[in-house]
Amino acid sequence: MTHYLEIIFSALFIENLVLSFFLGMCTFLAISKQVKTAIGLGLAVIIIQVITIPINNLILNNVLKPDALAWAGQPNLDLTFLGLLIYIGVIAAVVQILEMFLDRFIPALYNTLGIYLPLLTVNCAILGGTLFMVERDYNFGESVAYGIGSGSGFFLAVTALAGIREKLEYANPPAGLRGLGLTFITAGLMALAFMGVAGIS
Amino acid sequence: MNLLNKFLCKAEPHFRKGGRLERWYPLFEATDSFLMGSRRVTQNAPHIRDGIDLKRIMIIVVISLLPCVAMAIWNTGYQANTALQSLGITEATGWRGIVMSHLTCSPESFISNLVHGSLYFLPVYLVCVIIGGTWECIFNIIRGHEMSEAFLVTSLLFPLTLPPTIPLWQVAIGISFGVIFAKEAFGGVGRNFMNPALVSRAFIFFAYPSQLSGDQVWIAVDGFSSATPLASLATANPTSPLTSISINWSDAFLGTIPGSMGETSTLACLLGAIILLITGVASWRVMTAMLLGGLGISSTFLLLSSTTNPMFNVPPHWHLVIGGFAFGLVFMATDPVSAAHTNVGKWLYGAFIGALSIIIRVINPAFPEGVMLAILLGNVFAPLFDYFVIQTNIRQRMLRYD
Repeated sequence: MTHYLEIIFSALFIENLVLSFFLGMCTFLAISKQVKTAIGLGLAVIIIQVITIPINNLILNNVLKPDALAWAGQPNLDLTFLGLLIYIGVIAAVVQILEMFLDRFIPALYNTLGIYLPLLTVNCAILGGTLFMVERDYNFGESVAYGIGSGSGFFLAVTALAGIREKLEYANPPAGLRGLGLTFITAGLMALAFMGVAGIS
Repeated sequence: MNLLNKFLCKAEPHFRKGGRLERWYPLFEATDSFLMGSRRVTQNAPHIRDGIDLKRIMIIVVISLLPCVAMAIWNTGYQANTALQSLGITEATGWRGIVMSHLTCSPESFISNLVHGSLYFLPVYLVCVIIGGTWECIFNIIRGHEMSEAFLVTSLLFPLTLPPTIPLWQVAIGISFGVIFAKEAFGGVGRNFMNPALVSRAFIFFAYPSQLSGDQVWIAVDGFSSATPLASLATANPTSPLTSISINWSDAFLGTIPGSMGETSTLACLLGAIILLITGVASWRVMTAMLLGGLGISSTFLLLSSTTNPMFNVPPHWHLVIGGFAFGLVFMATDPVSAAHTNVGKWLYGAFIGALSIIIRVINPAFPEGVMLAILLGNVFAPLFDYFVIQTNIRQRMLRYD
């Protein structure tokens, strides 16, 4: 149990996808003007991560890995070169389903997320989550924990940034920094603060 | 004085809008209000104004920092003189040696400690004031903002968090980064979301770790190594850490221990806290919450007890007096700009920082000094605390209305 908690904790703070690896920056910077929308986006990322990482894990272990297809009479078959293609396919499918679900049941959130919801398909934080799972050779349970941790890490970072940006409505930056420029500086300072928890074991 | 006042009054129109020297108004205003006080006259009702404005608040913070400054100067000299004595040397090296050759380097001599300490503290402080002040002037003149006394606080807080042996060019880089990226990029005083002094400190901490951590940097004598109590506790015998360090609680409370210049003395921080609380400048909620958070989590660690990690077994009253906990609690966490603004938010914010600084200290072997980073994280999450407090309030009032 503590092993799974460790994976979640480290994905949340120490190896935060956004603030330590700088993955998924486009969505992170674009959908963080308001806390309410940021929470919606964060939840969407958590859901996608929790579903896609374990599914990809199952596919990796039962289909792609060398000798994984021995049960189908195909020993010595190594399909890992198809990995990227298949992971993206799975992510795209899950995002599509989530999109239809949101459109039907939470249209307000669907409208505010706009183009960024389908773009989650090619969001590097989502694919990055799966690729870290492959690289670290997680088993099924660990990949569920990693999905929860990495998704929540994105949630935490994007809501914190949105909170700060709501406060920064009162900021008075030099003309050239207004908007995205200031947001980049803000994200950098947040990453500086997050370095404080790096190194916890 | 009268003559000076007349001169300033006469000069003023030139700096006003449309005047010849309009561009330099921020500099004029700073000189004028520094020498003479505010010239603001109320134009319409209400004519009764509270005397406590930004200027006075910042000056009160500076005054409350004076015990820490005095202690920083004395202790830096005391530690250096003690180290020299234990090495059997009577002369300091370098340019400081020339000044110190008129005095004897003895830890018993109050004057010698003060002079030796100020030879380390004052250069760092001057670099902060000059470099940081130049950046402030450049930004204010270009953007037409008035100079603010808040910079006096930032430029005093930052040197107090540094070890005495810090190279001056690193001080300059640190204060430049803090002033430009954590403050002026956001539009100056009151518009930033992080404490600029802490950002400066964190920036050079990560950029030049060898000059800001380890055993060599805390005593201003070449080649003399002495760990801070926190660092020696972290490597002490896991079951009884306190017996393996050479200081006792009252040393740590008074501040006669190696460490960052202004952070060692809990007593000086306490005096500062009294001034800040009586004048109402700092929030008692943040201070109390951070104290309770720190005490709570350190007691929990003590109860959990570990046989491998000595920091688990450090009792709560020790956590308060070692490292920068007291300094961060009194001067850094209470910064009204970067802290949470709602009352409930302040409690959450303080407790979050208190708990997190002890957690980083205890379970993060990479940075035994976690207070600074915990406060930065607190600054990051402070707007969220406020957001949720406000949303809860809105929801409750809606329910009451229905």
